Amino acid sequence: MSFLLLFIVIPVLTVIGIFFSKTHMQVKWTAVIGMSFQLIMAGLLIYLFLAARAAGNTAEILFPQDMVWYKNLNIHFFIGVDGVSVAMIGLTSIVIFAGIFASWDVTDLPREFFTSLILLASGVFGFFISLDLFTLFLFYEIAVIPMYLLIGIWGSGPRHYSAMKLTLMLMGGSALIMLGLIGLYFNSAPDGGPLTFNLIQISKVTIPMPAQRFFFPFLFVGFGVLGALYPFHTWSPDGHASAPTAVSMLHAGVLMKLGGYGCYRVAVFLLPGAAHEMAWIFLILTTISVIYGAFGAIWQKDLKYINAYSSVSHCGLVLFAVLMMNQTAMNGAIMQMISHGIMTALFFALIGMIYGRTHTRYINEMGGLMKVMPFLAVAYVIGGLASLGLPGFSGFVAEMTIFVGSFQHNDVFHRVCTIIAASSIVVTAVYILRVVGILLMGKIKNPEFNHITDGKWFDRISVVTLILGITAIGMAPLWLSDMINNGLVPVMQRILLAGPILH
Amino acid sequence: MLIMRHELLLIAITVILLLVEIFLPADKKSRIITPAILLMTTVLILGFLPGPTGILFGGMYQTTALTLLLKNILNIGALIVMIQSADWLRKPENKEKISEYYILMLSTLIGMQYMISSGDFLMFYLGLELATIPLAALAAYERFKEKSAEAGVKLIFSSALSSGILLYGLSMVYGTTGTLYFAEVGPAFTGTPLQVLGFIFFFAGMAFKISLVPFHLWTADVYEGAPINITSYLSVVSKGAAAFILTILLFTVFSKIALMWSNVLYIIIILTITMGNLFAIRQQNLKRFLAFSSIAQAGFILLGMIGQSQYGMATVIYFVLVYIFSNLGAFGVVAIISNRSGKENINDYDGLYRTNPRLAMVMMLSLFSLAGIPPVAGFFGKFFLFAAAANHGLYILVLIAIINTIISLYYYLLVIKAMFLNRSDMPIPKIKSDFYSSLGLILCLVGIFAIGIFSAVFEMINGLSFGLY
Repeated sequence: MSFLLLFIVIPVLTVIGIFFSKTHMQVKWTAVIGMSFQLIMAGLLIYLFLAARAAGNTAEILFPQDMVWYKNLNIHFFIGVDGVSVAMIGLTSIVIFAGIFASWDVTDLPREFFTSLILLASGVFGFFISLDLFTLFLFYEIAVIPMYLLIGIWGSGPRHYSAMKLTLMLMGGSALIMLGLIGLYFNSAPDGGPLTFNLIQISKVTIPMPAQRFFFPFLFVGFGVLGALYPFHTWSPDGHASAPTAVSMLHAGVLMKLGGYGCYRVAVFLLPGAAHEMAWIFLILTTISVIYGAFGAIWQKDLKYINAYSSVSHCGLVLFAVLMMNQTAMNGAIMQMISHGIMTALFFALIGMIYGRTHTRYINEMGGLMKVMPFLAVAYVIGGLASLGLPGFSGFVAEMTIFVGSFQHNDVFHRVCTIIAASSIVVTAVYILRVVGILLMGKIKNPEFNHITDGKWFDRISVVTLILGITAIGMAPLWLSDMINNGLVPVMQRILLAGPILH
Repeated sequence: MLIMRHELLLIAITVILLLVEIFLPADKKSRIITPAILLMTTVLILGFLPGPTGILFGGMYQTTALTLLLKNILNIGALIVMIQSADWLRKPENKEKISEYYILMLSTLIGMQYMISSGDFLMFYLGLELATIPLAALAAYERFKEKSAEAGVKLIFSSALSSGILLYGLSMVYGTTGTLYFAEVGPAFTGTPLQVLGFIFFFAGMAFKISLVPFHLWTADVYEGAPINITSYLSVVSKGAAAFILTILLFTVFSKIALMWSNVLYIIIILTITMGNLFAIRQQNLKRFLAFSSIAQAGFILLGMIGQSQYGMATVIYFVLVYIFSNLGAFGVVAIISNRSGKENINDYDGLYRTNPRLAMVMMLSLFSLAGIPPVAGFFGKFFLFAAAANHGLYILVLIAIINTIISLYYYLLVIKAMFLNRSDMPIPKIKSDFYSSLGLILCLVGIFAIGIFSAVFEMINGLSFGLY
């Protein structure tokens, strides 16, 4: 048995534990224990992975386990990891760990809240370790559906509307994915032989071009909905604004990455021919995402909306880099996913904590918070600086890699797209610094804010975990970048083989 | 004898119940519930034992491994309905006619089993009628309620009409082929215009039973008027049986005009799924709501029939099995709440989770299974059906069906929204459900989870299904 199974077993056990917990405290501590285990497991996984690679294990997939599930359809329960998925698992375990602490003060139906939250996380973990398209899709849907209850019950503002909109749009995306996957399955053996959902096996055959052209848009748009691809991003601001703190964190931090990861792992990897042909269409859309999200964030007054639009912009950058289809840009895409995941989780956690103290999310009504809650305010500044790409933090490494990669294309179209997308960094700086200025500096506008307390111990655990993540990547990006590159090599070989060599 | 054991066993317990009814004093009628359920359980278990297969009456009646499986599936559905209706039967106004209820229900079940085992059209028609007429009596069971009586009348009229059409079609088939035996009709059925007309009439008759658009108009009214347990029986067991026999007949007798009926199905599927879903959105009464949702589900069942492959047939049977558990789960909750509080509207369910968390959970999981959300079994059923249709290159049809699952998710979420998200000043008070109601729901839950996660069920069905390619 591969120990990767534990990534699914631990959340399930935690949920069972929560079910049998009696008091509010027991529920929370069960969740903490379960997710701490998950974090330790993720650390162990990274260590074991690096050790195996250092020992010269060059297999494409490490720790594989293949079990037949539905024999006559050739559906397997096939799990395994490469460098990219290890990185994503690390991200997920950090965010969910911080998320548990960030939702320490949930009082309404806590048992159900933590159950849904951990079910969501188990879907995400399952998604990242699956190498069979059927199980991958199954976990994808498991990750999406608890959102409805999480936003609908514990959310704020127009939460019923947002929850419904988000669920239907994401499930609409998954409908497209389902058709694409079924199409992949029936084209997975063009030379005869058994049909398969096995991702690695499909990547070794060449799917006929007409089928590629037909199914690529379904898969890319389907996953793109979750990755906030323009014009399918509209669920994101509403959903994030209405969701409770931990859910915003997980959603923007991890769940949106499922979209980016799916585009990279399924759409582009398995259908490289069509990807080369159609990349330009989606490049235009993602460029719009990047710049539109950034400008959208400038106009907003609600902290959560600002961050939600900024997520649209940053996640657009992920898809943008995936579509550049060269090693450097792809590496940047994965780095951006990790970096943005942690960073945006930090933002949402802080926004939740600020809202819990000031009871408003409108920046106009706030000011001078640095004086009353220095710890949270400093954390906010750190998150902001990382977001606008200051060297030393993860954002800089990721964005730099992306733009270096995309500038390797020397035709006018790619250059124009790159320049437009890169200009979003300036816009990002505008809205981040504006918010920091209004929110934290200056005079205290509301006398009631004088009684605000700084972060409590559980707030601090949450925030510190995330900041450690950001700075670790920012200060020493090489180990992460090497691990990702390691996973990217076979993927890139296949993509470059299928299409015209681009420079 | 053993070849016909399913039917004989059911006849035996029907007779036993009849005799008990005669000798039981009037004030102790409700004591019959537990023995009846135990007897039905015995029948179900005996049905699963291995037994001989073969033909009887010169080919009019046939038993194969497949028909045994189908009969067992119907028995499971009927047993769960019997368990779920125990609480309702104990009500004072129903107490006097408990055994009537069982006898009528078991008669329809016997009819369905003969229908599935039939080897010629005469037997098939007999079984069909036996399966339909007692149902009308059951729909009018609460005769003191105007709506129930109306449901009975509507059901009997529409089934009489559909039977007539079906019989007319069969007479054309008989006229052109000169035989009623399936084995002989099949080769002789070459698709002359008169035969095609006969097939169309036959199909229209069956479409009434499965309530496909445009033959669905009776469904919502009958479902709303009939007692809930009868509605669930109608929507699950009766529909399942009709879907089974339609599949078998399409695959064997009418296989020579497969291209034609595939085109017919193509259009009917799109109409049924879309209309069922769009009408379901507007429903407030949960019985009507589930009626339209079950119309849409019937459209999904047809997806597996196109292309007449073995895999397609397996997905049809598998989906019906999943559908039995998920729909009965949903109906079970509606029945409990309706019996205890008399409330049947979606608005009445506001805040249900806060007062009755378990019922709300079961309802949510059943609805997820109906909508096709993992990890419950409905996801697997839908996915396999879509794959079956995509296997024949019908990606546009699959796309339309998948988009429709999103529409259906919307209205299922409306119920979940009422139960979990909404707050109410006057929620349904806490309900202490009795043993049988809980047992029924637990069986449904086990089914919903186990059928999907354990692949053995699907593999067994696939092994027994047959196709022509």
